[in-house]
Amino acid sequence: MSRGLRLALFVGAVGAAVVVPAFVSGFRLFQFTQVYIYAIALMGLNLLTGYNGQFSLGHGAFYAIGAYTSAIMMDRWNVPYGWTIPVAGVLCLVVGFLFGRPALRLEGLYLALATFSLALAVPQILKYFEHWTGGSQGIVLTKPKAPWGVPLTEDQWLYYLTLAVTVAMFVAAANLIRGRVGRAIVAIRDNHLAAEVMGVDTALVKSVTFGVSAAYTGVAGALSAIVIAFVAPDSFNVFLSVTLLIGIVIGGFASIWGNIFGALFIQFVPNWAQDISKAAPWAIFGIFLIGFMYAMPYGIAGAIRRLWIRWVVSRVSRAPGGDVRSSPAKASTT
Amino acid sequence: MDVFLQQVLSGLATGGIYASLALALVMIYQATDVVNFAQGEMAMFATYLAWSMLNAGMSYWLTFVATLAIAFVAGVAIQRIIIRPVETAPILTIVIVTLGLLVILNSVAGWIWTYLQKPFPSPFPREPIRIGGIVFGAHDVGEIAVTLVMLALLFAFFRFTPLGLAMRAAAQNPVSSRLAGIRVGWMLALGWGLAAVFGAVAGLMVAPVLTLDPNMMGGIQIYAFAAATLGGFGSPVGAVVGGFIVGITENLVGTYVSFIGTELKLTVALAMIIVVLLVRPAGLFGRTVVRRV
Repeated sequence: MSRGLRLALFVGAVGAAVVVPAFVSGFRLFQFTQVYIYAIALMGLNLLTGYNGQFSLGHGAFYAIGAYTSAIMMDRWNVPYGWTIPVAGVLCLVVGFLFGRPALRLEGLYLALATFSLALAVPQILKYFEHWTGGSQGIVLTKPKAPWGVPLTEDQWLYYLTLAVTVAMFVAAANLIRGRVGRAIVAIRDNHLAAEVMGVDTALVKSVTFGVSAAYTGVAGALSAIVIAFVAPDSFNVFLSVTLLIGIVIGGFASIWGNIFGALFIQFVPNWAQDISKAAPWAIFGIFLIGFMYAMPYGIAGAIRRLWIRWVVSRVSRAPGGDVRSSPAKASTT
Repeated sequence: MDVFLQQVLSGLATGGIYASLALALVMIYQATDVVNFAQGEMAMFATYLAWSMLNAGMSYWLTFVATLAIAFVAGVAIQRIIIRPVETAPILTIVIVTLGLLVILNSVAGWIWTYLQKPFPSPFPREPIRIGGIVFGAHDVGEIAVTLVMLALLFAFFRFTPLGLAMRAAAQNPVSSRLAGIRVGWMLALGWGLAAVFGAVAGLMVAPVLTLDPNMMGGIQIYAFAAATLGGFGSPVGAVVGGFIVGITENLVGTYVSFIGTELKLTVALAMIIVVLLVRPAGLFGRTVVRRV
């Protein structure tokens, strides 16, 4: 896709997001806010798994750290909520980096095992530090009001706040991936030996990627604590981590737009499925997980990309003298 | 001292459960280099089937045998139908497929049998067994016995039967085995079937202790991961030894280290996994695999 078209799509999408509160309100608006929060978390996980090729089945842990950082700062120390978001991000950056160091020695399956165990252990750890986390009761917060007398309801203000953070973080991620560091990240996934030979500091890049990935997910966690105004250990169980993984599988590995599709999926599909039965969302998630692995391993974004390429190729080949495939000699001389 | 011995014995009993599940994981890992994240949920599902059969009035040991048979067939079917299409795909794909299986089994069980906890009977007598001044739970002793019998059968199967030999060959060198006329695909499926049987035994033995619910195996599975990691994913013997070590450690740490108690049990398993992976990634009994690149 050309640069201009990308920019147009981006502006169009943000524009559409800005006018959403004019049409929906209340719980629906809250759901859209939740979509952006998931999208940030998925962006983080995608950086790690999609672009860098490291597994994490335990990203819910960083989501939990972010959420609790924000909640504890607001509840115990009365810190304004706005400041808790960057603090959660930085804290997760550090924790992720430290977790990424030993993870360097764990490849593939072993990393999956270690992170999966982390995801299983999170609720217990949260309950254990009862003094800080409020134990199984969790922490109840108050929803912030719009500042400076802006005429917005609480839900609308939180919607725009989350949207702004999401746009900023997506732009940052896109720049990161397109730049020098991004190429190093992808090179490690594709062939880490070759990357090392080319002078990439594999160990450093991998652990920094882990840190950045955790920071994204942590920011998402902090936002979720603010928006939901409640945190409790059992909402950060292993299924949260699996949900995030489902998001990037459905949306598409190594794709930026894919995270939005994935976030829409994990936010809205369970809601519809819930009408069938309490257990239905997870059965549907599971079927989608396996089905996508068979039929669309690069997710929705991958499928769209493939359709787009097919369309462009068919247009080029139909144009006069433009059939690249049937006249290789002509193509090579020009 | 009595407390210590009792804790060791009940550690051996839970260790037997971890060993069974770890063995199931290792069997699949050895044959296909895949860790089956759904192993625990397959066991849970089998246990629910057993619960239904018991409720329909079948006797315990008949149910036991029937459950294992169903588990075996289901294991083979899962490998042939669900895993086989992605056999050659990257590891992440297979991990995701087994995770998908995990959430499907978990939610379907919740759908059919609800999330309420259900009591599950033990086939062993209620009266504790006294040896000297020490009291052992009969279920603990029975659990250990069942585990040991299963292990002996498995050993005999792999060591003394032509089919066992063929399965070992298929796991070790698929290409040569295929040339020698072994149907490698079916051997892998048989491996999944046997793994499902071992998982089912673990489920049936643990259900009376924990009471049955769809999330029953989550904690057990993380301990089985720890056991398999400790013993080395490449070694069945290691998985069994690892299972017993993990079981005993869990009980002793829970009893004697006051700040851990029962509340941080899963964290102990997590710490064990990470420490083993960092210090000796191949585990106690595993061999380090050197790959030529």
